[in-house]
Amino acid sequence: MAALVITVNGVRREVAAPAETPLLSVLRDELGLNGPRYGCGLEQCGACLVLRGAEAVASCRLPVGEVADAQITTLEGLGTLDEPHPVQQAFLEEQAAQCGYCSNGMLVAAAALIWRTRRPTDEQICAALDDVLCRCGSHLRIMRAVKRAAALMWEEQA
Amino acid sequence: MPDKTDSPRSNVTVGSAGIDAETAGTRWPTPQPMETTQIDDWLTIAPDGLVTIFSGKVELGTGVRTALAQVVAEELDVALASVRVVMGDTARTPNEGYTAGSKSVATIWGSARYAAAAARQELLALAAQRLGGAPADLLVADGVVSLRADPQRRVTYGELLAGGRFGRPVSGRAPLKPASAYQLIGASAGRLDLADKFSGAASYVHDLRLPGMLHARVVRPPSPGAILRALDDAALRDIPSAQVVRLGNFVGVVAEREEQAIRAAQALRLTWDVAAPLPAQATLYATLRAQPTTDEVTLERGAVAKALAGAATVVSASYHQPYQAHASLGPSCAVARCEDDGSVSVWCSSQGVFPLRGALADLLELPTERVRLIFMEGSGCYGQNGADDVAADAALLARAVGRPVRMQWSRADEFAWEPKSPAMVMEARGGLDAHGNIVAWEYGVWTPSHANRPRRALDLLAGQLLHDALPPPSGFFFGGQRNAPNDYTIPHARVTVHWLARPPLRVSSMRSLGGAANTFANESLMDELALAAGADPVEFRLRHLDDPRARDVVQAVARTARWDDPLAPSAAANLKVGRGVAFARYENTEAYVAAVAEVAVDVASGAVRVRRVVVAHDCGLIVNPDGVRNQIEGNVLQATSRALKEEVCFDSTHITSLDWQGYPILKFSEVPDVEIVLLNRPDQPPVGAGEPATVVTAPAIANAIANATGARLREIPFTPTRVRAALAGA
Ligand code: FES
Ligand code: FES
Repeated sequence: MAALVITVNGVRREVAAPAETPLLSVLRDELGLNGPRYGCGLEQCGACLVLRGAEAVASCRLPVGEVADAQITTLEGLGTLDEPHPVQQAFLEEQAAQCGYCSNGMLVAAAALIWRTRRPTDEQICAALDDVLCRCGSHLRIMRAVKRAAALMWEEQA
Repeated sequence: MPDKTDSPRSNVTVGSAGIDAETAGTRWPTPQPMETTQIDDWLTIAPDGLVTIFSGKVELGTGVRTALAQVVAEELDVALASVRVVMGDTARTPNEGYTAGSKSVATIWGSARYAAAAARQELLALAAQRLGGAPADLLVADGVVSLRADPQRRVTYGELLAGGRFGRPVSGRAPLKPASAYQLIGASAGRLDLADKFSGAASYVHDLRLPGMLHARVVRPPSPGAILRALDDAALRDIPSAQVVRLGNFVGVVAEREEQAIRAAQALRLTWDVAAPLPAQATLYATLRAQPTTDEVTLERGAVAKALAGAATVVSASYHQPYQAHASLGPSCAVARCEDDGSVSVWCSSQGVFPLRGALADLLELPTERVRLIFMEGSGCYGQNGADDVAADAALLARAVGRPVRMQWSRADEFAWEPKSPAMVMEARGGLDAHGNIVAWEYGVWTPSHANRPRRALDLLAGQLLHDALPPPSGFFFGGQRNAPNDYTIPHARVTVHWLARPPLRVSSMRSLGGAANTFANESLMDELALAAGADPVEFRLRHLDDPRARDVVQAVARTARWDDPLAPSAAANLKVGRGVAFARYENTEAYVAAVAEVAVDVASGAVRVRRVVVAHDCGLIVNPDGVRNQIEGNVLQATSRALKEEVCFDSTHITSLDWQGYPILKFSEVPDVEIVLLNRPDQPPVGAGEPATVVTAPAIANAIANATGARLREIPFTPTRVRAALAGA
């Protein structure tokens, strides 16, 4: 049987784990990524979000075998410290975290949102992020950061 | 990351004005006075100018790392960017007890700041020799010392020390900068840790991967106190690399891959003698109220009974605070490794690596110096979550299997086994004279100790399972008394704390300890009395407040919330809007804080929407204004969540709130706007901002619901069912 291959942050990677293994385990334990985090393993909190194509999806129960044909982007693939993605820059400018454990889910969900919605309203941000939990209460800063990110992303291009 | 190159330093235990009562109360060796520590215990300067601070405080997600760097960089006159911080390593940092109780900035103020001032004085003396001239002839900027008269003659801190040590004690007499000269303190500095966290750099203990490391899960009993009768691991044969460890009632599995460990934990067949130790939840408060107690009168002023008997009006009420969970977003995690010399190293996110070290040494039956704890960040904890227990699990398993072990609790492990914030009963009675002024206040609270952080093996879950025993009652009570006395000027008052020896659920510290429940009760009764007196709630509070700083926060919050302008009624017939105020001085001695909450109550469904919370906050001198704002926002949102939604549920054998559906927290669509007024007091020492706003949030919301609907909520959380019941009775 041919080894399973997935594409993560633009790079094709061979996977040793069986196809039913959750994508999150493969990303963290096999590929050594830190962005996607374990929060519940139940698709209830959003800590493990990644982009499948342009859509934010929970990776904690998603069998790795199901994403063989998809482009997976993690927090690491959005941008770097030197060349941050607009959401990363905006979250920094708004200091939009306390402990930061939820930040992966927030940034990934925000990136997906502003990709499809150039000027998101409060209601649209709430709808897009409502199932991504933050226990520290950083919500207000995160909402400001999402708006700022959208402005950075689309006004820069204009 | 593990760092074996640094030589271990001699540890010092440090006392300071800001030391947390939780630490003091746990009877640690009497702290060593700051003056007898060495500058080198606190900081080093490399030849290239990099300053490394060693702190016994740890980062819990509240920005302590950044505030510490600001304070030291300010006092030392170096740039923030040239500072790095090593926190909570029993082999390398001073022992500063716990990072808890909103005390870190106050502690740093009394510890690291003095060390930095002493270092600067020493560096100036060295520079004076090198450049010629007296210290007064020198200028310092960004770690470069130059001659005032001839700025071309200069030398850097790094050159002065040339990689060497200071070799001097912290005298405590080095001049401290006056507040008027501050450049970094008082300015909003960006958090030092967020860029890494936003880009996926390894940031948490969860991200530590040691060579040869195994993944682990613990299989817990179905109820506290259950006894393991039989263990069948036949099904594990199909799971590659899985191994079982049984030590008494402690059962763990390890495997090469985490998902194998999870499968192995599920495949084990365990037979337990199940206990049914928990009381019925429906009668929890009556059960608590009926338990034997140790009573402590913490305030006695005047003659309360007589004053109440003579009062024109008396209002009495009981208030209830349920068990609540820290509910950290990331379940607890730790990594442990046995070293070649037989010692054990544990990487964990404990709030007190030094105290926990003693408990782990007891568990492992090793001398304390054979256990090293290294702090790495966890998910925000807000008190004692599973971080200490998971460290013990990892250490036991690593020793049993002889390989490094990463122990990651599951979501259900964390909800079921983290110590909870205690359930409490508060009974309050206030008497008014004929003019509507308060003449008497009688208050009683039924609470267990909130401070139960581990000091011995039996304080840890692993120790309890290993030895099949619970710790004997300690007789040490702390936390439930917090903010039981209110801050008003009342001629006759008595406050009694009824300490419960053994609460039904395992409990420990959570943000503000008893401060939240006691302020909920005090400030709710205050509103009920204002209503009875026919007085405006803000005016009524001011009438009983003498302290100018207290009056200032109440007036500031009323002004900003436009208290005197009536709220516009809602257009929807079923929505009633209202506003409520609450005030407290945190711990009666710390920050002053007042809040106004604005709510809309759906009288058909009972749903409460908190629209806006205004907070006025005075925590003395402010080190990092944006950091303080971030903390206040977090407190208000988390406390709103606790007030509206949060209650740990259980049946007779175990906790049944095991996931985010069973323990929902506030979501984006439910968060209120938060508006903050900071009252900076550069002439006052800084006190904590990590907890005060928590205590006023729930009572402000309860008072707003009463203002909107006439219904008084005396039990947290204010769920739609409870609101409907209160409306029916109003
Ligand atoms: S870890 Fe995947 S949603 Fe919580
Ligand atoms: S910042 Fe801690 S969970 Fe969101």
